Amino acid sequence: MALFKVTSPHATGPLNTARVMQLVLLATIPGVLALNWHFGWGVLVNIVFASGVALAAEALALTLRKRPLGFYLGDYSALVTAVLLAVAMPAYSPWWLIAVGVGFAILIAKHLYGGMGYNPFNPAMVGYVVLLISFPVEMTTWAAPRQAFSGEMPGLADAISVLFAGREAIAAFAVDGITMATPLDILKQNNSLLIEDLWQQSPVFGQWGGLGWEWANLGFLAGGLFLLSQRIFTWHAPISMLASLTLISALFYDGGSSASGGSPLFHLLSGATMFGAFFIVTDPVTSAVSVMGKIIYGALIGVLLYLIRVWGNYPDAIAFAVLLMNFAAPLVDYYTQPRTYGHEPAHKSGDE
Amino acid sequence: MRKVWDIHGGVHPPENKEQSNQLAITSAGIPDQLVFPLSQHIGTPAAPIVAVGQKVLKGEIIAEAKGFVSVPVHASTSGEVIAIEQRNIAHPSGMAAPCIVIQADGKDEWIEHSGIEDYTAVDKAELLNRIRQAGIAGMGGAGFPSAVKLGTRDDQVIETLIFNGTECEPYITADDMLMRERAEEIIAGAKILKHLVKPTKETIIGVEDNKPEGIAALEKAAQGSGIEIVSFPTKYPSGGEKQLIQILTGKEVPSGGLPAQVGIVCQNLGTTVAIYRAIQFGEPLISRITTVTGEACEQNRNYEVLLGSPISHLLELSGYQQKKASRLIMGGPMMGFTLHSETVPVVKTTNCIMAPSAKEIPPPTPAQACIRCGMCAEACPVSLLPQQMYWFARGKEYEKLEAHNLMDCIECGACSYACPSNIPLVQYYRASKADIRQQKQDAIKAEQSKVRFEARQERIERQEAEKEAKRKARKAAAEARAAGNAEAGKVDAVQAAVERAKAKKAATDPAQVAAETAADPAPNGDAAKDAIARALAKREAASSMTDEERLLNAVKALGKRLDKTREKLATAQAEGSDTVEILTETLAKLEIKLVDAKQAYDDHQQKN
Ligand code: SF4
Ligand code: SF4
Repeated sequence: MALFKVTSPHATGPLNTARVMQLVLLATIPGVLALNWHFGWGVLVNIVFASGVALAAEALALTLRKRPLGFYLGDYSALVTAVLLAVAMPAYSPWWLIAVGVGFAILIAKHLYGGMGYNPFNPAMVGYVVLLISFPVEMTTWAAPRQAFSGEMPGLADAISVLFAGREAIAAFAVDGITMATPLDILKQNNSLLIEDLWQQSPVFGQWGGLGWEWANLGFLAGGLFLLSQRIFTWHAPISMLASLTLISALFYDGGSSASGGSPLFHLLSGATMFGAFFIVTDPVTSAVSVMGKIIYGALIGVLLYLIRVWGNYPDAIAFAVLLMNFAAPLVDYYTQPRTYGHEPAHKSGDE
Repeated sequence: MRKVWDIHGGVHPPENKEQSNQLAITSAGIPDQLVFPLSQHIGTPAAPIVAVGQKVLKGEIIAEAKGFVSVPVHASTSGEVIAIEQRNIAHPSGMAAPCIVIQADGKDEWIEHSGIEDYTAVDKAELLNRIRQAGIAGMGGAGFPSAVKLGTRDDQVIETLIFNGTECEPYITADDMLMRERAEEIIAGAKILKHLVKPTKETIIGVEDNKPEGIAALEKAAQGSGIEIVSFPTKYPSGGEKQLIQILTGKEVPSGGLPAQVGIVCQNLGTTVAIYRAIQFGEPLISRITTVTGEACEQNRNYEVLLGSPISHLLELSGYQQKKASRLIMGGPMMGFTLHSETVPVVKTTNCIMAPSAKEIPPPTPAQACIRCGMCAEACPVSLLPQQMYWFARGKEYEKLEAHNLMDCIECGACSYACPSNIPLVQYYRASKADIRQQKQDAIKAEQSKVRFEARQERIERQEAEKEAKRKARKAAAEARAAGNAEAGKVDAVQAAVERAKAKKAATDPAQVAAETAADPAPNGDAAKDAIARALAKREAASSMTDEERLLNAVKALGKRLDKTREKLATAQAEGSDTVEILTETLAKLEIKLVDAKQAYDDHQQKN
């Protein structure tokens, strides 16, 4: 201690990284509960198993890199990655799918790049994209929501056995119709019906968005607002993303014709919109840092999200939109360096 | 209500001011021994004018100002000077510095002093001189000599005079108590400064809104004085000079510039009272209000303490328990620095002594990785990007650091406070700033030595040329002799000697030589002729001399040259010219030569 000089500031703020991560975990609860209610125990089973894999992978990586286990495991960041990835995956995923995704996220996307704070890409989203590209079938077989379910919902025990034995093991899953296309899918495939008719024909649509999904979205919105109130992140990136998504979907709503991309409300409350806005886009490590940078970063994600959803090859696009913007984040940062006190307004690169 | 502006960022650390603002200011009394560092201000340290054993009175100057940016130091009580030596002083690095130590005699006897009856009748220069002679330097922060700050140039129009009653650092209540108890003195001082600075627009006292009692007291005292009391929302670091200026006027001090450039002068409250007492009563700055606070002290309060009192004296008065303290801080928890010793004295800038318990200020936790959450950037009052600067500082990328305006960082600590990963960001910035400054100085030094090196190179070349010429001359002379044309040679030699004298004179001034060389397209020819002549003359002279005479002459000549070089060196040193090094070198060489020559002479004599 004698050699270690303590310099100002002596006071430290109330927040620490572990606390931030804990709060993020806490904030996922309403959304996860909504998902779990609508899509069954498969969601929770996903999360628990993913968390276990994540901790094991993190411990392995730390041991290999000769880092103190307790200090780094205690920052909860691996858990957050696991939960985020598990939430993004379809419920009732097989164990190996989760293990590959989480393992890739932690070992490759995070630790290979130097660990916490050094990863240029959001690990959960990297894991997700790797899975989506490698196992497109498994990654797009979504369970139907409770309301559209003809038979009995699978119980907890069923969900666990699905995890290890595969979906075929459970009678309920053998019946066709337990899985179904997501609302985003259906909307995209549609090119003959007016939105209104489509809504009536397909059971997957709820009041405003996808059935079940709308509640999950509202849950994640609530969690996000909680985090905002705790000043875990600022409003800039998520709100600007939601705003740009609203704007662009309004622009292409086309009065609800058969070519319509869907209403703004539909987009806001379908798929992983809110989850992405408050839990993925806000990932500090991989986003832009200045206020202006965050606004631009969020807005571009919103636009990309819509473009990929409506015209791209994938039904939902949070992961792609975010990863693409992870690439661009340093550039955004470069051009949005704020004006320092007592300096002339920063020169735009064009001025020189 | 007047409009106030907001600053970017800022944080809201717990204020913790109630602990120390409950009790009235009380005198800390006279300690046995007082220690007066010669440098309690920014600028040249003062020079002692007392001797050990000398008796001094309270308020007597014991060290006088040296140069323009400097202030004198006064004895704060009567007693005897017992030492002038290195003592530990309050400094972040825990270093020792020259101090005058006084043993108090307990009589507290004042030196004769008197104030100015009507300061409006005295001219500005005299007022400034009084302020300077009273040893007043900014008591809030760095300790910049007040007379220098107030002595604005005539071409600078000052619109706004601001008094800084912000005191945004948690725990500190020295200015708060000053406002509550001595509002009249503050206003009286403010009036003097208003008269001195003559702001064309307004005079404002800015106070954070967490000091309602202080604001009320000031408002009452300021009635009818044209001085406006402005309160604004509490936020750290509103009290930074630049931040306060932005809050009150919306103006920004240009980077690297002074407030006067935007028509503003800013003064600390403690300083203002000191100026009032100096002008009104002729009292120099010998005491100040210091907060003693923290859970390791039983009693938290403000003391009026004599400058030079050791910290231990204050701690004793406050019931300090060392066991309970996690560290000892001079200043507040955001910008104060850790003290390494309890013997360091209170100086002009000591606004707070903090002895926190481990619960209040826990020992630092290990830093975690930066998660780029941007909370630091959000907190920075200067709109810097602390996390980027942190990466650059770790990578020692100084150019990028400068491009990110590291030099504008005011080291307020808001970023470190906000950082959830507990990264000691400010520590990195301080280190990098020091490195950058060092690099710049090194660059200047390198440039200087380059110039010096080139000069030396030139000299060597010139000498080479001369030697070459001499050799040629010898050859020529030999040829001339061979031709038997001795008569002509002599005539030449006389003329050459004259020329040589001229050339020698010129050679002492390289610039002139350079100029002449430039003017003369064929210098070599002349130099050669000159050298030939010299060689001839020498030869002739030598041939008519005995060996002994020749050796003696050599010794004498060397002696003369040595004296001359010494003289030159002395003037060079006095002027601080950069030829000092070269001259020292030459001197050393000459000394060796002289010893050699003497030896040769002695040898010769012994032989005969
Ligand atoms: S507050 Fe700390 S962790 Fe967050 S970006 Fe700044 S330095 Fe990194
Ligand atoms: S210490 Fe420097 S970088 Fe940090 S908040 Fe203060 S001014 Fe900004």
